[in-house]
Amino acid sequence: MEIYWLLGIPFAGGIFLALWGSRGFAPEINALFSLLTFLAAVWLTVRVVSGGPILTANEWFFIDPFNVFLVALTAFVAFTTALFSRPYMRIEQEHGRLNTARLRLYHSSYQIFISAMLLALTTNNMGILWVSMEAATLATVLLVSLYRTPAALEAAWKYFILCGVGIAQALFGTILLYFAAEKVLGSGGVALLWTHLNEVKDQLEPRVLQLAFVFMLVGYGTKVGLAPLHNWLPDAHAEGPTPISAVLSGLLLNVALYAVMRSKVLVDGALGTDMAGNLMMGFGLLSVVMAAFLIKRQTDVKRMFAYSSIEHMGLVTFAFGMGGALANFAGLLHMTMHSLTKSAIFFAVGHATQSAGTQLMSGIRGLIKTCPTIGWGLMLGTVAILGVPPFGVFASEFLIITTAMHEHPWATPFLLTALGVAFASIFGKVQPMVFGETELARLPHQPALTPVFVHLGLVLMLGLFIPPYLAAWYRQAAQLLGG
Amino acid sequence: MTLPIHLQIVNLLAALLLLISFAMLSQRRIIGLVTLFAWQGLALAVSTALVGWATGQHHLYYSAGITLILKVIVMPWIFYALVKKLDVDRDVEPMINIPTTMLIGIALVIFAFNLALPISQLAGTVTRSTLGIAMACVLLAFLMMITRSKAIPQVIGFLAMENGLFFAATSATYGMPLVVELGVALDVLVGVFVLGIFFFQIRETFDSLDLKHMEKLRER
Repeated sequence: MEIYWLLGIPFAGGIFLALWGSRGFAPEINALFSLLTFLAAVWLTVRVVSGGPILTANEWFFIDPFNVFLVALTAFVAFTTALFSRPYMRIEQEHGRLNTARLRLYHSSYQIFISAMLLALTTNNMGILWVSMEAATLATVLLVSLYRTPAALEAAWKYFILCGVGIAQALFGTILLYFAAEKVLGSGGVALLWTHLNEVKDQLEPRVLQLAFVFMLVGYGTKVGLAPLHNWLPDAHAEGPTPISAVLSGLLLNVALYAVMRSKVLVDGALGTDMAGNLMMGFGLLSVVMAAFLIKRQTDVKRMFAYSSIEHMGLVTFAFGMGGALANFAGLLHMTMHSLTKSAIFFAVGHATQSAGTQLMSGIRGLIKTCPTIGWGLMLGTVAILGVPPFGVFASEFLIITTAMHEHPWATPFLLTALGVAFASIFGKVQPMVFGETELARLPHQPALTPVFVHLGLVLMLGLFIPPYLAAWYRQAAQLLGG
Repeated sequence: MTLPIHLQIVNLLAALLLLISFAMLSQRRIIGLVTLFAWQGLALAVSTALVGWATGQHHLYYSAGITLILKVIVMPWIFYALVKKLDVDRDVEPMINIPTTMLIGIALVIFAFNLALPISQLAGTVTRSTLGIAMACVLLAFLMMITRSKAIPQVIGFLAMENGLFFAATSATYGMPLVVELGVALDVLVGVFVLGIFFFQIRETFDSLDLKHMEKLRER
């Protein structure tokens, strides 16, 4: 029952806003629908946490601790982003960058996008998972090009083509998976249902699954932003409106990685080797190192934080690739921390670029004097994402690195160097933005910074103390991932 | 061993599909490309229906029907309308010259057959020999996307790749479950609509659909 509410509310929101999204109250309606979605997600989470996994609606939906955790995270960040986008989009409109027709498109697509991601997370069917991932891409293409500047259009085109090609590989992977499954489960509906596949995973033909996983990793990996397939990500993040950067970075990347993990569980079962894990470790490490060195060269603040997202998703992929209860736990924790922190940073950056009128870091100076809350938000967010204790990112990075030292010592120098380089370059660039001399103007609307501090507060809390029920929940999820 | 006549026809259609992929690679005009795309869709629909008839998998009729409506009628029609409205029916301007592209294409086909060999031996379906062709079509479409600089040829390349994938699904497994196929078809259709809007945006901003104007965002 909850599941219908969860998926139905944002979908209805999308339709409602497509019809009335150009009215003055649309941002509030957007936030309201996101709040209702969040409440439905909480309801579902409570049920799963208290009653165990749910398999419902003719086995169409499957919710276990692993995906319910992502559902809760997705709905929460979607809600806070909707709150942030209220004043943000109003200011954009007053700056003349948007008109009401585009705002209607924005609000409607936002809800459809959330709905598609939630469908991807909750569906039990690997084929529908693919379909909803593609739907999530399509819903955001026109959002990335919302400002209609040459750079925005180029970014959207790149996003569409690269993710389209990538996801086509994932479709081929899914076809191969079905091909292997059909021999065991018979043709027809059940052969793509994850729960059924999971039961017979050791009987699936290993050679086919090996190939299928490679295609799925490349396909969904493109959407995770793994190097060397990450090209679309910085552009899409930098050129789209900031609330979209926040949800792309904080949510979509997670959902894509979720798809990879669902396939990994099957492949591990079929192969009985570390092949899938090794591939993920390789891609993850490459992304971490490459992104860290590219961060150094960025001049655009949103691009810089986009590269930082690649780095962190690489780190999570690496952790999941190592496998085992501890690394999976660390990976899940890092996913949460990254989503919360990175979206908080994008909120602060969004208002900072609005008050400076540019995204170039050299043009943003002395935020602390003109708008202290934005300045502090950005500074604390940056400190948090760089893994300074006591923030939660430190805890998860520490766990990942100690596990790596223990299991794969060869990787640690790369990880530590990359983290060090990223730290030096990001901190060096953000510091003058916050503390330098300035002549920035104030914003016409009160910026929505509550979400920033709520997110950072959560990250801080999780860094100091993870409540026992939450830890138990993460542990359950980590166990499901096995490896 | 001789195959029954309908399977021979399926094999013939598979060969035709591959041939059309090559023809697309060598096509210089956008309208011609759209026509070839429609023919490819038709070959795909007929072969899907034939496989469905030969094996008694009736859900394949539905997917053949969807292919026929979407890829032979709706999409080519949208593309014709777009080309006409945007007035872009000039050369497709490949980035590598066409004979070289064809040679690369041949190498890709050989690679695809090698890749598909171990899998098609596992396939129990009557049409398994066509899996290699399906894979080759995917790779050729990929090549076309890489070597074309205009927006519409790139998208047609993308859709041709989807055709190849669809053919792979039919030939290796008698098609995915119907829901999934419906979902994929819906995505593709929405994708084409989104692109239609998008083309107008690109055109409005750049005054051309040539993606060479779009090289500002390099990895810095």
